[in-house]
Formats: sequence, C-alpha cells, structure tokens
Amino acid sequence: MPILETIGLEKRFGGIVAAHNVNLTVEKGARHALIGPNGAGKTTVINMLTGVLKPTTGRIMLEGRDITAVVPHQRVRLGMARTFQINQLFLDLTPLESIGLVVSERLGLGGDWWRLVGTKSAVTEEIVEIVKRFRLTDVMHVRTAILPYGKQRLLEIALAFACRPHLLLLDEPAAGVPEVERHELLATIEALPAEVTVLLIEHDMDLVFSFADRISVLVNGTLFVDGAPEDVARDPRVKAVYLGEDLDA
Amino acid sequence: MTVKHGPVPADDVSAYLKSRARWSPLEIAFWIFAFATIWLFPGKYLILKDAAILALFALSLDLILGYAGILSLGQAAFFGLAGYFAGLAAKYGFINEPVIALVCSGIVAAALGFVTSFLVLRGSDLTRLMVTLGVSLMLGEVANRYSDITGGADGLQGVDIAPILGRFNFDLYGHNGYVYCLVVLFVCFVIARRIIYSPFGLSLRAIKENGLRAAAIGIPVKWRLVAIYTISAGFAGIAGGLLTQTTAFCSLDVFSLERSADLLLVLIIGGTGYLYGGLIGAVIYKLLQDWIANLTPQYWQFWIGLVLVAIVLVGRDRIGGGNAALRAAVSRLGARMTGRPAALGNAAPDGN
Repeated sequence: MPILETIGLEKRFGGIVAAHNVNLTVEKGARHALIGPNGAGKTTVINMLTGVLKPTTGRIMLEGRDITAVVPHQRVRLGMARTFQINQLFLDLTPLESIGLVVSERLGLGGDWWRLVGTKSAVTEEIVEIVKRFRLTDVMHVRTAILPYGKQRLLEIALAFACRPHLLLLDEPAAGVPEVERHELLATIEALPAEVTVLLIEHDMDLVFSFADRISVLVNGTLFVDGAPEDVARDPRVKAVYLGEDLDA
Repeated sequence: MTVKHGPVPADDVSAYLKSRARWSPLEIAFWIFAFATIWLFPGKYLILKDAAILALFALSLDLILGYAGILSLGQAAFFGLAGYFAGLAAKYGFINEPVIALVCSGIVAAALGFVTSFLVLRGSDLTRLMVTLGVSLMLGEVANRYSDITGGADGLQGVDIAPILGRFNFDLYGHNGYVYCLVVLFVCFVIARRIIYSPFGLSLRAIKENGLRAAAIGIPVKWRLVAIYTISAGFAGIAGGLLTQTTAFCSLDVFSLERSADLLLVLIIGGTGYLYGGLIGAVIYKLLQDWIANLTPQYWQFWIGLVLVAIVLVGRDRIGGGNAALRAAVSRLGARMTGRPAALGNAAPDGN
C-alpha cells in the first residue's frame, strides 16, 4: 500500500485550473521529488495535501485512509507533517522551546495547563535527540529571530520532524540558504531516518537528482512524467518543457 | 544567553525549561511590597482596593491580548454579568458566603465567555473588536430592560454581603475588603502564571506568533483560543464580583464601554505579555487618576488623555517593554483600516 495516494485531485479558482486530475502515488520509505516550473501548481498540490486548501474534486489517501475532509492539525496527528518554503517559525521562542512545544503537543500534553514545561523526562529526552539531529545544540537557547538563516531553515525542518511524521513534506528546504550553510542543511536532509517517507518539492536540480529515488514532474497543473531519476532526466519532453528552461536560470 | 557546546544531557534541557518559570527576586519583592501596603498605607485602602480590582481585570485582558493576540473591547460584559450575579446572589441570599459567590460569579462569566468565544474567534482584529463591544452593549441593555431585577439606572440596592468565610466583616475603613481583593488577586495571578508556563501556555504563544505553523505542527488552534478566552472571561468575572462585594452595590456602568477601554489604557501603560503589565499599569493609572483629580477635579480626563498621548508617542520601551503585542495589534488594525497590508513579521529570502 502506498503511503500517499491522490485520486483525480483537482483545484479550480474560478476559471483557472491550478491542478488537474493529479494522480500522485508515493511509496512507503521513498525519497520522492515533485518538480515543475514556476506556476506549475506544486504549491497548490502541497496545500491540498496538508489541508490548507480544499480540493474541488478528488480524494487524498494517507496510508489507505481517506483524509480529504480532515482538518490540517488532525492530518499532522495522522502522520503527515510539512515544512514551508518561506520560514514559518515562532520568532520569539528559542529552538528548545519550539521543539519542546511540538513534542508536548504530539504526546498529548498540549492542553495541560497546570504542569510546567520540561517536567516530563519523555519530552526532554526527545527534545535533546531532535536538537542534536538538526545541529541546533549550539543555538538552542537563542531566540529564533536572531538565528542565522541556515539554522532557521534547519529548525523549520526540525519542527516538522518533531511531529514524528510517517510522511514528511519538504517545500523547497534549500531555498535561499547561503552556500556556506548549505552543506550542513543537505547533510541533515540526507540523514533523515529511512522509515520516514519524504516528498520533496524543489527547484534545485542538484538536490533533486542527488536525493530523490523517484521524480514526478508537474506541468500546468497536470502530472507530466513520473519515474526513476534516470528516466526523467532522459525524457525528451521533460528536457523541452522544464530542464532546458530552468537549469540555466 | 548561554551557548553550550557538545552533547546536552536531558537534565540540562529540563532544568532550562523549568527555570523559565522560576519566581525571580524582583517578582518576590513585588508581592512582598503589595502585601506590605496593607500596613504601609492604612488611609489609602479605597484607592488600593480599586487598583487591585482593576489589576485583576487588566490581567484578564492581558491573558487574551498578550498571550493569544485577541484584541477585545468587551471584557466589561464578563465583569458586569459577574458583578450582577454576585450582587443578586447576596441580595436574595442564594449564595451567602462571599468566596463561594465569587467563584460562582467567575464560573458564570466563564460560561458566557465560552459561548461568545465562537463569535469572537471568527474574524480578524476589527471584527473581534466590534463583536466583543457588541456583546457587552447588548448585555448592558438587557440589564437596563429588566430593571425590576437589576435595579436599572438606580443600581442594585439592598445588597448585603455576609462576612468572608463567615468571620471577616467588610468594615467601614475597607481594611478587610482590601485584604480580600489582594488575596484574590494573588491567587488568580498565581493561576495565570502557572497557565502561561504550561505546555498550554506555550502553545498559545505559538498561536499568537504564527497561527499557520501552529496548526501545521498539530495544535488545535481554535480550541486553544476558546479555552483561553473562557479562562480570561472567568478572571474578568471574578474582578466584577469583587467590585460588587466590596461596594455592596452594582450599577449599569459595570457594562460601560469606558470600563473596557480603561483596560486597554492600563495595558498600554503597563505593557502586555508578561503578566505584570496589568498590575503595574492599574496602580499607575489609579494613582494618576487620583492625583490629577485632586489637582483639577473638573478636567482630570484632559490630563489623563494628555499623559496617554505622551506615553504612546514617546514611550517605546517602558516597564518591562512588553507592549509589543498591543502595538502589533494596533498596527494591524491601522493597516486594515487604511487598506495597506501589515508588515510581514516573517520576512525571509524567497526561494523563487
């Protein structure tokens, strides 16, 4: 059973068709990349997957379960978490507090209004593990607002990872990260545990081809090509529509 | 800020997280002084009592404004409803003991808060401002209409408050009344403080800072806001109950817009989002009001207005500097009214 399957997913904004009959299948444990030129509808698809947008028609199945009508925060509990192309962080909190918050929420302590944060060892141990994995140890007490951009980017992924998703959606994780911080970010993404399925939305072709074991190409709101990286790279239509234009950009 | 290197033991993290909630020496000094006023200023009980009630009322607004980013002009609805409840409970004797009556009036206000929260949480700042204002206006008019119960414009007469815990009478000098208010304020403060340092409180801060992301990490945003709005209403209700009990009187002005607006002024003076803003602001506001009213009994509001203008224009980082939430809310509101988008809090290099 695939971890994620969309069936005839469609989104229209008035007369504009942003996504048309998208049938996307992501296998369990895959490193799947969704690519496409600007305006191809990648963000629309992501927003439908996470529940921010309601599809006009079509269904979304997560691990065999129809989640089309499930609200965003419930999808997180069902095992799907995302990062954002533009950082969506809690600027006034430290990485430690932010990650602590996510872990508390996941363990069902978020509604607890009497216990102090940090008094449960299950929570703190997990926070430590995540802080280390995302190389945030040095800055864990620093307010997020003043972190270097690369560290903020790492925290962006760390927050989604802390939800312990089965499926992690990374929306252009390397976007805007300066060259010096890039290596650390890519190494962290490479080192994500194998049991977490990753769906990567990316512009950066180097990252896509070094990371993904399967690639889907979205053009004009429709799935264009879907296959192994070698096949996609060789496909003349992809070259024409996408790689030819965007690689030199 | 400490920067650590190498491996971090879980104990460290736990200690750090817990240390956020530790009482600082400044806080302890604040409360020692607050209780010392009982002996220090025996002639000032009435104004101190008013300040304590206003402080608790302002604390209720700070809980939603400073921690959840909800701007409200309708806290008087809860204050007034609970005020009348406490008055009627004493007048008709269905709850005689003041502490129990006070808790009950808080619960009644919280119930109203829960019901109205669904209206309030729908819109943006401007919508919320109007909905909260509208609710308190309606309640005020309902109280006016049923003057046979509420006493209407004359106020609720014949309220006789029993001794606190069956022992302490409300004396003429206001000593017991003030101690009562101070103790209630302290208890409520401790509860509020506990709430904001809990995982629930942390999730509220996250929602205030970035609701989109809060939902994306699995926080049920709407229910958290409903919860804090309900709690805040309960606190406002307790403040209203205190006013009725300590004055043995309740009139329609408990619902007035001025009462809700005063709260915003108090928080502008004291700052939001660090719990003490309402307390410090209330004391300053009351003292200022008292002092100016002594100087010019007729035109005291002119000077209050002038002071406020000066504070808002000049004072950027005042006592604690925690007024960022209020300023953000006001700037969002301003942007909305002039049709310009508010400045993005999260500007980051775009990947496109």
